Amino acid sequence: MKRLATLWSHVPAWGRMLVYLSGGIAVLSTARVLTGAGQLTAENTFRSAIELSVPIALAGLGGLWSERAGVVNIGLEGMMALGTWFGAYGGIAYGPWWGVLLGVLGGAIGALLHTIATVGFGVDHIISGVSINLLGVGVTEFLTSVSWGGASAKESPAIPDNVVRLDLLPFLKDPLRELGSQNRFFISDLADLIVALTTGVSALIVIAVALFPLTWFVLWRTPVGLRLRSVGEDPDAADSLGVNVYKMKVLGVMVSGALAGLGGVSLVYLFSGKFQSGQTGGRGFIGLAAMIFGNWRPGGLLAGATLFGFMDSMQSQIDETAHALLVAAAIVFVGAGLWSAYRRRWVGAAVFAVATGLCIYWYETTEKLPRELIPYFPHITTLLVLVFASQRLRMPAADGKIWRRGGR
Amino acid sequence: MKQRASLQIAAPVLAIGVAVLVSGLMLSFTEYSAFDVFRVIGTEGFSKIYLIETVNRAAPYYISGCAVAVGFKMNLFNIGVEGQYKLAALLAAAAGAAVTLPAPLHVLLIMVVAMVVGAAWASIPGVLKATRGVSEVISSIMLNAIALGLSAYMLGRWLRAPASVSPVVGTKPLADSARLPTLNPLLNALGLGIPDANRVQSYIFVAAAVGIAFYVIIWRTRFGYDLRASGSNPEAATASGVDAKRMIITAMLLSGGFAGLIGLNNIMGQAGRYTDVSVVSGLGFTGIAIALLGRNHPVGIALAALLWAFMDAVQTPLSNEGLPKQITAIMQGITVLSVVIAYEVVRRAGARQQAAALRRDDDGGAAAPGPEVAPA
Repeated sequence: MKRLATLWSHVPAWGRMLVYLSGGIAVLSTARVLTGAGQLTAENTFRSAIELSVPIALAGLGGLWSERAGVVNIGLEGMMALGTWFGAYGGIAYGPWWGVLLGVLGGAIGALLHTIATVGFGVDHIISGVSINLLGVGVTEFLTSVSWGGASAKESPAIPDNVVRLDLLPFLKDPLRELGSQNRFFISDLADLIVALTTGVSALIVIAVALFPLTWFVLWRTPVGLRLRSVGEDPDAADSLGVNVYKMKVLGVMVSGALAGLGGVSLVYLFSGKFQSGQTGGRGFIGLAAMIFGNWRPGGLLAGATLFGFMDSMQSQIDETAHALLVAAAIVFVGAGLWSAYRRRWVGAAVFAVATGLCIYWYETTEKLPRELIPYFPHITTLLVLVFASQRLRMPAADGKIWRRGGR
Repeated sequence: MKQRASLQIAAPVLAIGVAVLVSGLMLSFTEYSAFDVFRVIGTEGFSKIYLIETVNRAAPYYISGCAVAVGFKMNLFNIGVEGQYKLAALLAAAAGAAVTLPAPLHVLLIMVVAMVVGAAWASIPGVLKATRGVSEVISSIMLNAIALGLSAYMLGRWLRAPASVSPVVGTKPLADSARLPTLNPLLNALGLGIPDANRVQSYIFVAAAVGIAFYVIIWRTRFGYDLRASGSNPEAATASGVDAKRMIITAMLLSGGFAGLIGLNNIMGQAGRYTDVSVVSGLGFTGIAIALLGRNHPVGIALAALLWAFMDAVQTPLSNEGLPKQITAIMQGITVLSVVIAYEVVRRAGARQQAAALRRDDDGGAAAPGPEVAPA
């Protein structure tokens, strides 16, 4: 009976990612076939979902670097805000790639303050993070007013150039689009996803996606990564083995800020094309949620960020498409219920069965979903994961703990 | 001991000094004169109009600071004040608009509804922490976002006044019996001569009541003693029979109850109803900063709230003179960041002194008694 679970534990991480990804597409595909909501897996839907996921994913990745080194970074929001301003400023003054670089540096400046406060002076991580969020907003608003158009300015002028958009698979584009339009189960939806991921895709998205395997490799396959994670798990033990704990924490937080800054830049470059005050809109916090949802692992975090981004994109879709989400949710619950039954967890199976029933009932009795609430389904999901699966979540053991050499 | 007390006063003064220095430095890189900015803050800021504005703005800040501080006293980080007050303000405004009652009862009803809603929303992270060990910070962040969506949903679907009443999305206006009077007649009777255009809001009394309640509950009751004990030494408190789980939930309820009152100022005052403009966002996060500045003490929080509100109020004269008003937001941020660092340094210095003193006692050969556990 345990054989399937044992087998699963031998599948390498990338293999599991593929299985999860295929599973996700299969769910959406089934929902599309059952409801006839063709837009659910259309190229444009995927495209906007990917673009909306990127800032969240980058913020979450920032959170991962910091928390793996044992420093909670709730200041991601402020660092992201700094990234938006510096990204826009660099883009206007020197050109798009300078904007990207300056945005990354802007986020890192915020992170520098966080390291000084938390690592240097041993201030509570959350207190420092909240202060940085306040400061980030103040600094960007001030800089906006002194740089662009006077005291009441709330946004920058439009950035003249954007980073290059790439066609990664120029020869496959048309055949894939053709396949996508045939509405075959799974294959067409996969084709649409691949086209959305590879055609006319901003270089920033390519970089963002590439940062995930890179982070995984550095943190889990290099000596520096091992040291950094050991500091997040048990700084005293790491210290006794000669690891420079302070240095590792500083590294983690600085990378964290740089990534959050890049997340801010991506907000500017992928959406508005200019700086707007308050543009981050809580995405730093959502990134943190995606990281927790993903159990402090890059793959899980990416899945979480995609979920948040996908739901966010549903807000601008027609009612029929968003309504089909209920069927998708029902399919997920059926799968989870079957898995629980297989593992002989009868209570869980019963709960999922009821949830399936409710979703179907909801779908059958309504015409559309409440639009205002759709973006918050991932928040509710994260909360439910925290409540019901918290024993399966494992954060770094010394996460958020203030550490001073020799205990003072 | 005396030295530490003076250090504690020195910390915020030092922090404000750092803020002035850094913001002056930042201004020197711009075309604006730092001297002009500080001149306007120092002169116009203390004129009657802007002092009134300061006091008006300080009231919700003070309540927010107290709400956060209740959590801090128990080592709970109620970052969810933001969602709690927004949801509470909306439902209280809706409830208040649905009924007509005699004046004091009507106001009381709105306040009670707000406190109940705030406490109920705050109870979710409390219960989750007590029963499932979920970090209240993370669940509160989720609940803040959910509260935002929920308010938008409820306002849009059920609680919105018809477009014929007002084109702005908001609840129905409150009857006059639920509106708080201004203090202008009273102050003018005392001969202060305040023009009618500058409303002195009476919500300051609600803030004062919250401060007194906060002080009495936390420092003058058995419950408050237990709460502070669990906050400063959970193991010792549990050993002496305090139910830690109950304390977590009760502290969150109290914190959320206070939080419910934050947003009522404008609902029962000038605006007379809930709109996205009448109840501004961000007061919950500001409350965290103010509780930190004020060291979780009712008097300290009052000073911090006034300072914060003053920095807000001087934005108007600054922008009237064509100066970048946002510099005060930077000063607020730097003040908070430097003050938390300064307090931490002072705390560590104090702890080291104490440890050194204990060591000296040991060397003297006297049998040193174990450190007594008493809440701060």
